[in-house]
Amino acid sequence: MKLTKLAIAALAGTLAAGPVLADLVFPGLHYRTGAYGPNGIPYADGYVDYFALLNERDGGIGGVMTSVPECETAYNTEKGVECYESTKGMGSLVYQPLSTGITYQLIPKATADGIPILSMGYGRTSAANGKVFSHVFNFPGNYWTGASAVINHILDMNNGDIKGKKISLLYHNSAYGREPIRTLEALAEKHGFKLTLLAVDHPGQEQKSQWLQIRRERPDYVTMWGWGVMNQVALQEAANMRFPMENFIGIWWSGSEQDVLPAGDAAHGYKALALHNTGSDYPLYDDLKKYLYDTGKASGEHAGTVLYSRGLYAGMLAAEAARTAQEISGRKDITSEDMRDGLEALKITQERMAEIGLPNFGPSFEVSCENHGGPMISAVQQWDAKAKKWSLITDFAGADMDVVGRLIDEDSAAYAAENNITERCN
Amino acid sequence: MLYRESGDFKTSYSQDQQTFPIVFDRVGYFILLALALLVVPLIINDYWVNAVILPFLIYSIAAIGLNILTGYCGQVSLGSGGFMAVGAYASYKLMTAFPDMSMVIVILLSGGVTALVGLLFGLPSLRIKGFYLAVATLAAQFFLVWLFNRVPWFYNYSATGMIKAPERTIFGQPITGAEVSPAISYLFCLGFVLFLAWIARNMTRGVNGRKWMAIRDMDIAAEIIGVNPLRTKLTAFAASSFYVGVAGALLFSVYLGSVEVGEAFGVGKSFLILFMIIIGGLGSMFGSFAGAAFMVLMPVLLKNIMVGQFGWAPDLAAHFEFVIVGGLIVLFLILEPHGIAQLWRIAKEKLRLWPFPH
Repeated sequence: MKLTKLAIAALAGTLAAGPVLADLVFPGLHYRTGAYGPNGIPYADGYVDYFALLNERDGGIGGVMTSVPECETAYNTEKGVECYESTKGMGSLVYQPLSTGITYQLIPKATADGIPILSMGYGRTSAANGKVFSHVFNFPGNYWTGASAVINHILDMNNGDIKGKKISLLYHNSAYGREPIRTLEALAEKHGFKLTLLAVDHPGQEQKSQWLQIRRERPDYVTMWGWGVMNQVALQEAANMRFPMENFIGIWWSGSEQDVLPAGDAAHGYKALALHNTGSDYPLYDDLKKYLYDTGKASGEHAGTVLYSRGLYAGMLAAEAARTAQEISGRKDITSEDMRDGLEALKITQERMAEIGLPNFGPSFEVSCENHGGPMISAVQQWDAKAKKWSLITDFAGADMDVVGRLIDEDSAAYAAENNITERCN
Repeated sequence: MLYRESGDFKTSYSQDQQTFPIVFDRVGYFILLALALLVVPLIINDYWVNAVILPFLIYSIAAIGLNILTGYCGQVSLGSGGFMAVGAYASYKLMTAFPDMSMVIVILLSGGVTALVGLLFGLPSLRIKGFYLAVATLAAQFFLVWLFNRVPWFYNYSATGMIKAPERTIFGQPITGAEVSPAISYLFCLGFVLFLAWIARNMTRGVNGRKWMAIRDMDIAAEIIGVNPLRTKLTAFAASSFYVGVAGALLFSVYLGSVEVGEAFGVGKSFLILFMIIIGGLGSMFGSFAGAAFMVLMPVLLKNIMVGQFGWAPDLAAHFEFVIVGGLIVLFLILEPHGIAQLWRIAKEKLRLWPFPH
């Protein structure tokens, strides 16, 4: 019995997570295991590598070193909560959980704790309304503008008339996949196309019946909100039934090398949205190579892929916000509330991106108190299976804000009413 | 060494039949209770509540529930995840439809709703047994998750299909939502655990429990001695579902705050709870707690040792965690098929006979 008690005491000691001492903490709620691991790994590598580069090359941000304590969430909300609780005491500045489910979970918690969330191109779309969501940011794009961008691209392909066309949405049956439905329904009404919804359950390997339905109904276009293995399986299924790839358009989470490579040449011409440019032809990669890949501090295995680029981009936005926060507060050692102010005052210009070493990598934009959604623009990229390369085929363009703006206002007003939030920024 | 039983005489039946007949156990139990009720709330923080204690308490309730059905009544169920979802969605509908209803009542009513659903899915148990029943309850699992995904009424037509617990207070203190203090949510869940465990313990010792065990041990013999299989199996299903439903409601409203049915209540959860009672010990209250502790705390503990102490990469640690927890499960089942509860029982016997254990 005494032994058991001793064991329990020892157990209790190790159950409490030890604090990590560092100055600027950007916790990485990443996932490198499970069904979503193949997509989580390159993103996590990019995020970690960006901060590692800042430490190695510049000595951190504004002279203060950064650290990215990683915590494995496996894309699971319960583990996400555990990770949030175990890292928030480290002086965490901003959370980027790379999961819509975990983001939903963290929005009220982090807001109460005064820690901002940057859900870059995912999470709750109506968080773009900064008047209601004080601590949540989702620039530079969100699902509803993404849905509208897909439809805009289809409109462009059809000279502006898609009346009577059939468009299917193949979506991950979770909060993430269901986000665009409302927007697509509103757009279907506006443009007169017929929308069919095809849900794919977690983890997404089983899609036979959905593709059978596509084969039967012969939609003109298929758009996909997929993640993890679901993307690969969908591409393979589309290839099997010879669905014309240029009519198959994914969201920005369904368009990376991991998704298209397994289908081989058959994936040629597949399209996906893009939040930023991709590839490794940027000066930043020279530094990454010099300071990290060549010294063995990072593998660089995924360098230049879409999701690695996204991780870099996410790291870059967070680092720029921290820099802005340092300028505003006049302190080097910023708190999470300073970080929130920094995110809200973030200004990304082409000059600044060129300085960083990523010229023309993404759009230039400004965040404001009212608008936490940034420019809400995206481009379309297409996969070239022969060159094994993604390339942008359109410019960064905006969404149908008549529809999306109205939906954002409606949804955030409902959230505000539900939670007794009074609007800010007045 | 620890147990000094000489001079401890029982002079009445009620003394002889109490839950903790040994003085040392009884004293230990009350000390533990006092610690849990009086000391822990003062020292507890956000991390401990949200990462360790709340999941342990909530899964304990679910494990007790499944133990009633599988451990005491012998009906294998793989539908626990689905029944937890019923509890969660019932509490969501009740919370949003009646904003002034007390959370205690909401949770208990959610358990009641789940009990009714459990009754319905318990009906096939009268005709099918063993593996076949497991498959039938698995169907319940898939059906319920599909239902909550499919019918927008259940999630109040929200855009994402997620349900989110609105803020509710108890005695002026928030109990759901973001502003909950760790001590309050801990005490709230602990209250449910103590109350429900107490009821379950006494139910399983009483006439109902004896009927359940009779059906478990040999249903034909039980029928011959006058146990009505219809009523007995259905009461087990109802009681079990009540517990599982309460656990689901607490998991949603107090612990997670927002839930998505496919992820939070998928078939993985059914297996998790089944593993808990198999590891902990079928037909044992202590086993329910031990199993829940093993399955909930072990991954967190391993993670903190490997990542926090040794400084390993989190993904490596996550992979090792699978290996270690899986290995431990197999090891446990080989060394002690009756679970942690049996290990505890043997250890206690030896301690009572110490220094001459045989």
